[in-house]
Amino acid sequence: MKEICIAVTGINATDNPGPGCGIIRSLRYNPDFRGRIIGLAYDAMDPGNFLSDHVNASYIIPYPSQGIEVLLSAIKEIHRNDPIDVLIPSLDAELLNFIKIQSELSRMGIRTFLPGEEGFKMRSKNVLAEFCKSNGITVPSTHCIYSIEDIYHLNMNYPLYIKGLFYDAYLVHSYTEASNAFGILCARWGLPLLAQEYIPGEEFDIVALGDGRGETIGAVPMKKMSLTEKKKAWAGITIENPVLIEMTKKIVKSLCWRGPLEVEIIANLESQKYYLIEINPRFPAWCFLAPGAGQNLPEALVRMALEEDILPFEGYQVGKLFVRYSCEVLADLKDIEQLLIQGKLINQAPKGKTS
Amino acid sequence: MVFDRLKQIAISDTGFIFNPLNGDMFQVNSTGLFLLEKCKQEQSVENILDALVEEFDVEKIEAEKDLDIFFKQLMMHGLLEKEQKNY
Repeated sequence: MKEICIAVTGINATDNPGPGCGIIRSLRYNPDFRGRIIGLAYDAMDPGNFLSDHVNASYIIPYPSQGIEVLLSAIKEIHRNDPIDVLIPSLDAELLNFIKIQSELSRMGIRTFLPGEEGFKMRSKNVLAEFCKSNGITVPSTHCIYSIEDIYHLNMNYPLYIKGLFYDAYLVHSYTEASNAFGILCARWGLPLLAQEYIPGEEFDIVALGDGRGETIGAVPMKKMSLTEKKKAWAGITIENPVLIEMTKKIVKSLCWRGPLEVEIIANLESQKYYLIEINPRFPAWCFLAPGAGQNLPEALVRMALEEDILPFEGYQVGKLFVRYSCEVLADLKDIEQLLIQGKLINQAPKGKTS
Repeated sequence: MVFDRLKQIAISDTGFIFNPLNGDMFQVNSTGLFLLEKCKQEQSVENILDALVEEFDVEKIEAEKDLDIFFKQLMMHGLLEKEQKNY
């Protein structure tokens, strides 16, 4: 890969991490990687800002709620000082904004590899059931809820999930619990929320990459081995289950998905029933497992953004394990000062830096 | 017994077992390892029982009980199915 500058968002690497640091580590996993990687952060305290072994520089960008004009202006300013070749957005809440400005970014010479607005909206949690029905994919019964009254009138059995449109889900066992969950999620993420049927079974997650023409460039399925309190994967292992790959390929084909995605499936292996739970329109935080198993999907995305011809990956290593760990990163007062005052931090000579 | 699912699992000679279908991991002792190898060879239950008696020098009635418990554990973990008979 020629020497390029790649900007990555979602470098909030807490116990509920964004995907950014996993994407960056994947890119640097290739020993031949040459170039700069810059982090685009929403908060000065995002840990990725201080990972000087991985990130050449990081810049603070405005929150998605500030709109596309403010975002575009911030990216322009960063691009003027630190020219970006490829930008990889990685958070659900920001993606629509980046999709809307992708043409403008392209005119500035910043390549992205994002889904179209229509495909992005079709996999949204509140219309997922409709999409699945028309494409022969089994999905748990799901209803949009706009008020506590809607919960009262739900024609569903408990337990069930109350979910935020972008993040978070609570398993609730009664109307009272559901009302409490409604209050918490509504305050945190706004409306609508979703009520989803509880499906007993094992959860599997698949990281994949679509080429935008219906082809799946790669797909790696994973079973979570240990979870955080927020039910996020703290360890996982690649598995071999052809049904999961076929379902993922079907989704990519149906949506003509362009870019990365994470597919969440609940399976009852005894009855061989598979239910699609969610399609997340971005790399998952555990995406570093994919290059470890032989499919460097973030690198493939960069190559596709640069309009290189990419052949689909064939196979991956089954039984490849990842285990997360928490680690203290040291920084100086001047680092946090730079981030807070200037909105940027230039790090010293990370790996792969050649200039 | 239907041993098809056992054919897919990875068994190391240390007794470590990985089911690639769902990521489950198990550990078996040397007796379990012996039985799993026989199952993977698709031997009949009667043959497996005879082999168990011969290899470990146990009474057939004891071996039968142990084998039954072992098969139940395999079924519990989704590694073994009872043969479906069509009448």
